[in-house]
Amino acid sequence: MQKRDRNQIAARVAQDIPGGAYVNLGIGLPTLVANHLPPDREVILHTENGLLGMGPAPAKGEEDDDLINAGKQPVTALPGAAFFHHADSFAMMRGGHLDICVLGAFQVSSRGDLANWHTGAPDAIPAVGGAMDLAIGARKVFVMMEHLTKTGDSKLVDTCTYPLTGVACVSRVYTDLAVLDITPQGVKVVEIIDGLSFDELQKLSGITLLR
Amino acid sequence: MVNKIFDSVAAALADIQDGATILIGGFGNAGMPHQLIDGLIEQGARDLVVVSNNAGNGDTGLAALLKAGQVRKVVCSFPRQADSWVFDELYRAGKIELELVPQGNLAERIRAAGAGVGAFFTPTGYGTQLAEGKETREINGRHYVLEYPIHADVALISALRGDRWGNLIYRKTARNFGPIMATASKVAIAQVREVVELGELDPEAVVTPGIFVQRVVKVA
Repeated sequence: MQKRDRNQIAARVAQDIPGGAYVNLGIGLPTLVANHLPPDREVILHTENGLLGMGPAPAKGEEDDDLINAGKQPVTALPGAAFFHHADSFAMMRGGHLDICVLGAFQVSSRGDLANWHTGAPDAIPAVGGAMDLAIGARKVFVMMEHLTKTGDSKLVDTCTYPLTGVACVSRVYTDLAVLDITPQGVKVVEIIDGLSFDELQKLSGITLLR
Repeated sequence: MVNKIFDSVAAALADIQDGATILIGGFGNAGMPHQLIDGLIEQGARDLVVVSNNAGNGDTGLAALLKAGQVRKVVCSFPRQADSWVFDELYRAGKIELELVPQGNLAERIRAAGAGVGAFFTPTGYGTQLAEGKETREINGRHYVLEYPIHADVALISALRGDRWGNLIYRKTARNFGPIMATASKVAIAQVREVVELGELDPEAVVTPGIFVQRVVKVA
């Protein structure tokens, strides 16, 4: 069994993003997805600080302090791009205009609750940014995460123990072991990596999986 | 003659009172009105409530205002960053209050203030810690949280160009909170890189109409 690495998970997410889609890639791991979208597939990337038609990072020396993404890294604007203010940007999310957003997660519950903004540790300074708006706003919410924590606990859980970002908002989860859909009946396995059986995946997962 | 151009940052900021609520534009450093913030540090108003997306980066701009001890409370969506050490230290020492607001709710609460909306129901945050104690309602099968507008005494924003009527255009993603913050404050003060003659800004492309802006000051 060969677990998917971060780029392989990102490539798998990219397979499910159709041409013409308006997509927000969350900061961190999800930004890798952009590297795996084929150049001939026209996908319009949204960044919540106010840009549609976001392009790749600029060449060294070409950075512009006024042209950044949600992670505050320099980006470019493609021909056809548009700039807008924050209320419009979040209307694009909340109003259901974005087709897909891709987010990281600490935990996802069997009914699709998402926890990804706060560990709940008492000394942690909380910061939420646009996570809660994205979670409830996009038509489909894809989550990219490792299947297990570093200590081997399942990040798929019956009930999230970390503070919630959104309730029943996740559509599909991509892990290093599997792709799973959140359905009204429960969490359904869409595919499993080569060399891992359904029963083995079930044993590693903290929830009951559907075939 | 209507003339909203101020000759200096100091003149534009002179009447800001202790205890004022101040909207400060910018997302990280993009659109951050650095010169106005430096001017506010010099002006010295204290006990301020600052509403901004972040709580300062590095040691300049909003971070420097916090460090000067002029801010009682920060209302923001994303205070903790790799370079937010000034805020982190004040927060851990209990020297600053934090109201954490999801970014879209922050934007919409500011927009609502400027648009004269008394409150609004939003799905963002429903069922989370950040909606605890707030009124909720189910509308057409979906759950919403009641959020109130954020009115301010002053907005400090940064734009690319402005004219003497206060019309503004911005530059790229530095636009971010500028247009909505201008609408939500009694006195919106814009620092601009360039002051242009009336008519030089294409009316089709004006982003903030001058009615929302009270003062414009050119900065280097």
